[in-house]
Amino acid sequence: MSKFGKKKKKGAPAMSTASLPDIVFMILFFFMVTTVMREVDLKIELSNADLPQATEIKKLEKKSLVSYIYVGKPKDNFQRMYGTEPRIQLNSAFAELTDIYEYILAERAQRDEAEVPFMTTSLKVHQDTRMGIVTDIKQELRKASALKINYSARKGQ
Amino acid sequence: MAKREVGEINAGSMADIAFLLLIFFLVTTTMDVDTGIARQLPPIPEDKQQTSEEINQRNIFIVLINAQDRLLVNGKPMNVEILREETKIFIKNAANSPKLPVKEAAFVEALGKEIMISQGIISLRNDRGTTYGRYIEVQNELVAAYTELRNDAAFEYFGKRSYDDLSEKEQEAVRQIYPQRISEAEPKNIGGK
Repeated sequence: MSKFGKKKKKGAPAMSTASLPDIVFMILFFFMVTTVMREVDLKIELSNADLPQATEIKKLEKKSLVSYIYVGKPKDNFQRMYGTEPRIQLNSAFAELTDIYEYILAERAQRDEAEVPFMTTSLKVHQDTRMGIVTDIKQELRKASALKINYSARKGQ
Repeated sequence: MAKREVGEINAGSMADIAFLLLIFFLVTTTMDVDTGIARQLPPIPEDKQQTSEEINQRNIFIVLINAQDRLLVNGKPMNVEILREETKIFIKNAANSPKLPVKEAAFVEALGKEIMISQGIISLRNDRGTTYGRYIEVQNELVAAYTELRNDAAFEYFGKRSYDDLSEKEQEAVRQIYPQRISEAEPKNIGGK
């Protein structure tokens, strides 16, 4: 036991940092588990603050059954090609209105047949967009009989 | 047996490595949960049959939003701030006014008695030039009116503070008392764009 008795210094002993890695690892694991990597890179201007605010919002359950449709103004570096009018983005490419039908069918084909009735389409639309394009999208969704939709909104007021 | 002393590996830099990873995940993490207003679109009708004539005029609460984002409710301009209250008054029709929706008695199983249920329908129509933000704001107010009515019903019939506190069966009863009827008409293109 003399090993422990060797050092006899005056003043406060140095705090042990041996458990520091454990603590850090714990936080690390927390973030690793909760992290969701953004799977699509948006080509349109649509940050979280651009979504409309609402109070009657519900959480989107079962992320794996959700297909996303993004609508907004193309980002600066795409404006030369695609203009400044709001455009639709499906997955990571710009799309036309007529592509939505195909997109929904493709999304549906990826899922199990039993899960199809629970599939939801989330509309992430910039709040300054005119309703014309949104209405057209809704019409396309009706044609594809993807009737469950979710207007993406952030909590507000 | 020869015993070889294995020198201890210095674990002092472990914290640094862990910190590095931690900072990476901190930066890449997006904590946002996807939230939004859930809606059900009507299926495309098989034949172009219009049934709207059958609906009694007093049962419809018409909300129009024009291309300038202004509201016209049952023929009168209205501020969005009072839309929720007006919607509630319309649906509830507490005084049984002949101008407000018809009430029909229906048997609610969870309560074991008949309750007068308002037949009011909200018809929402927007212009193609309406901004999406305003559209969602109005949608939100309409849904909020229903939520508040359902909360009131939850208190009145079951003594619970809100609709969410009710059991599945009780929720169904409240849904039967205040069914959410928001219909969306095809938009018109008056404001252009």
